[in-house]
Parts: sequence; structure tokens; C-alpha cells
Amino acid sequence: MTTVIFIEPDGAEYPIAVKSGTTARDAAVNNGVPGIDGDCGGECACATCHVHVDAAWMSRAGMAEPGGMEANLLQFAEGSTENSRLACQITMTDDLDGLMLRIPDGQH
Amino acid sequence: MTTDTLTRDTASTVPLSQMDVSDPKLFQSDTIGSYFTRLRREDPVHYCPESAYGPYWSVTKFNDIMQVEVNHQTFSSEAKLGGITLQDMQSGEASLELEMFIAMDPPKHDAQRKAVSPAVAPSNLVLLEPIIRERAGLILDSLPVGEEIDWVDRVSIELTTMTLATLFDFPWEERRKLTRWSDVATATPETGVVSSFEQRREELLECAQYFKGLWDKRVNEPPKPDLISMMVHSPATRDMPYLEFLGNLILLIVGGNDTTRNSISGGVLALNQNPAEYRKLMADPGLIPEMIPEIIRWQTPLTHMRRTALMDAEIGGKKIRKGDKVVMWYLSGNRDDEVIDRPNEFIIDRPNSRHHLSFGFGVHRCMGNRVAELQLRIIWEEILKRFSKVEVVGAPERTLSNFIRGFTRLPVKLRGH
Repeated sequence: MTTVIFIEPDGAEYPIAVKSGTTARDAAVNNGVPGIDGDCGGECACATCHVHVDAAWMSRAGMAEPGGMEANLLQFAEGSTENSRLACQITMTDDLDGLMLRIPDGQH
Repeated sequence: MTTDTLTRDTASTVPLSQMDVSDPKLFQSDTIGSYFTRLRREDPVHYCPESAYGPYWSVTKFNDIMQVEVNHQTFSSEAKLGGITLQDMQSGEASLELEMFIAMDPPKHDAQRKAVSPAVAPSNLVLLEPIIRERAGLILDSLPVGEEIDWVDRVSIELTTMTLATLFDFPWEERRKLTRWSDVATATPETGVVSSFEQRREELLECAQYFKGLWDKRVNEPPKPDLISMMVHSPATRDMPYLEFLGNLILLIVGGNDTTRNSISGGVLALNQNPAEYRKLMADPGLIPEMIPEIIRWQTPLTHMRRTALMDAEIGGKKIRKGDKVVMWYLSGNRDDEVIDRPNEFIIDRPNSRHHLSFGFGVHRCMGNRVAELQLRIIWEEILKRFSKVEVVGAPERTLSNFIRGFTRLPVKLRGH
């Protein structure tokens, strides 16, 4: 099991333990984490699972591939920064145990 | 035999090679569903070699539609290739060729969308909510109880026009012009809204002139969070050629207009046709936020979006050729039982209710989707406070269109508490 921690704009934390191989989006949606809607079902098609990767985790969680579909969608998401990822494109592994992802301000 | 039985029988008896789902009358009679059911089962990616719109592919299953949506490098929205509807955008005499970012591909699409999307960002919606709620209340309070009224005109059109006027900071007394221009923009002479393409062109030029007046005013004012001010001040759009400005304006008006309007009407009808769901709602108004996406799935206010293949490609095992017209039938995908459980049932507390195609997916996904949901949520909250029932008392009249799935009339009576 590996744990991903979602941090809401008000500071509330949601640590979710999942099996390795689960995406961060599924971890959130299957466990009622507010602010991650994942409308498209995790297909990298809607940007409603937009998260900011905590600075300390950037080197391990990586960046969205430049010019790829994830980057394309992120450009339209409100509050997109260089730390932005789509949670459906982050697959949890043992290396990412404890990963901290911040929910953007005002995200539904 | 009624028209309904005739067309339903035809759906199962017509040879597949002759099946053409483009006839607007199939949508107006709401018999189109049986055609899509057969296609999903027997020929999910279906080529129609001849139609009033030329040859075209129908993509009828949810996952195949998603594949087209996310592959915008292969499947283009570009207006010059015909645009985003089954009816090519260039056809028809004297048609005004409008450029709008829904009918552009990246990178040009991206810059324009980014210029206006802040207007509908969550932070702006928070400001919009109380205004919408106040005005929804005024609209509903003006309605007579126990007397037959047309819900479409008195509520659906009124509310959505009001929201649009707010988003544009449009002169309040003139706001029904927005409804008219939206209807004209999507009309063809066969739908009865305009008598000719020439008339359509004239009215859209009036619209252009009116907005030019607003543009000229806002250029000299400091930036504010309305759509015109944003377009006027953003570097990506302020030097936009005039036809492009008009096109994007029309896009924002149309996008926010009859779609939301028809979802408001559609929700009333759906609840009346499914009384157990209406009782569920009355027993627990807390279900409203989940109900809204289900209403939008159920109504599917835009039946399709079209693309043009930029290169040979394969979908669902079929070979699409460069230049082919490809139609993503959202109305069909939203009834695909391989992705959606019991899709032909209207279930207001369905899990994963946002997993539907009505807003599209990919880079063109409806920019106003949360504005639509916001309006729907508010109107239902305000309805439930005031009325024990919005009762449909006569046959609904549906829009004659293969693109817009809506209502031109919905007779209702309101019941008080």
C-alpha cells in the first residue's frame, strides 16, 4: 500500500492509502476527496482532477510531458503553474508513498 | 400508423447500408434513439455514403467518441474544412462565415480560449451566484400558480438570457436581443427561425454592429470581469479581426444560451415522466447537485459535434480516410450501456453522474460547463422553495434540428406548497 495526501485550500488533509498502480485521481474520487471530480473517468480529457504537486515532491512526481495531452489541458485549467499535474496521470507507486498534492483554490 | 410507430419500425427494418440518422424530423419526433441503439449494436462506426449533408461517419459508442475527442491532431474542428456540425459551415448562399475558437484547432484555438476562460473561472462564478439567485427568484415570483404557462418562454429562456446578459454586462432592457441572435446564428431556413440565409446574414450584421458599439465603449474603460471587457483588453484577442470577434461572441452567446435553456426545460419534463424520481427529489432537496449532471446527460442539449479527418485513421476497426466527415453522436454515447449503467433510465442520484458526453471532452470541452450547472442548481433550489410541483400539462414541442435537442414549448402549471 502507498499513501497519497490531498491538501485542500483550507489546509485540511486527506491521506488516502491505495494499492500501487492506482492513479491519484482514482484515489481521490473513490474516497470522496472534495475538489477532484475526474469527470472524464481518468482519460486525460477534462482537467477536473488538476492538482499542484508539493514542491518537495516535484522531482519524484515529475512534470507533465511538454506538448502532450496533459500539458494541453493544463493550459486551460485555472491557476495552472509549473507544479501542475492532472491526478489521473500520476500513478501511485511505493516511491511516491507520502506524495502531497494540493487542490487548487476554488476548484469544485 | 402514427409517425412514431412508422419511424421506430423503420429503425429496425431499414438496411444498414441505407441508414441515415441526419434527418431533423427524427430528432423532433424523438424517435432517433432506436436508430442509435441499432447502430451501437450492429455498426457502431457507421458510414453513410449519401445524405442531405454529403457522406459522413457516425460514431455512436462512448469510448469511440472519446477517442475522437482527444485526438484533435487527427480530427480537426477547423471551420474551413466544414467546422463542427454535420451541416458544413461554409454551405448556403450569403452565409456569414464566422470564425470562432470552437471551430479552430490548436494553437490558434488555445490563445483565444485562454483569453475568455477567466470569465467563467470558479472565482468568478462565486460572484455570479448571488446575482443569478436573486434574478431567478424574481422570475419565479412573477409566475402565476395554477394557471397554464409556457415554461420555455417564461423561465428557461428568461433565466439563461439573464445570465448571459450578466456575463457580457449587456444592457439589461435589450437582453432578449441575445436570445434572438443566438437562435438566428444556429438557424437554417428549414427550421423556420429565419426565412433565408440573406435574412440571417442581415440580423447577424446588426448583432455585429451592436457589439462593436459595446467594444468601442469598453476599450476606453478599465478592464472588468465581463466577457467583452476581457476580449477587448487581452493581448490575445484585442487585435482580433472583426469577423473573428463576432464569431467568438456568437460562440459565447450560443454556447450559453439554448443549451442551458433546454436543460432547464428537459429537467422539468424528465421529472414529470419519472414521478418516482420527482418524489425522491421532493423528499431530499440535497440531491439537487447530483441531479444536475444527470439532467444534462439525459437532455444532451447538443446531439453531436463533428470533426474532419486530417489524415487516414482507424476508429472501432473502421478505416477513416483523410477528408472524411466524422460525427460524434453525444446523444448516442450518452445511452451506451457499456459505459453507463441503465442509460435509458433517468436516475437523479446516479453515481458518477458527470461521466457523460454532453459537454464534450478534450481541449474543446465546454468552457461554460460549471456556469450551466450553476444555473440549473440555483433554479431547482429556488423552485423547490416555492412550488410543490411544476406539472407538465400538455405535449412538449421539440426543436426541429439534428444539432440542438430542445423544446420550443412546454405547457406547465405550478402547484403551491
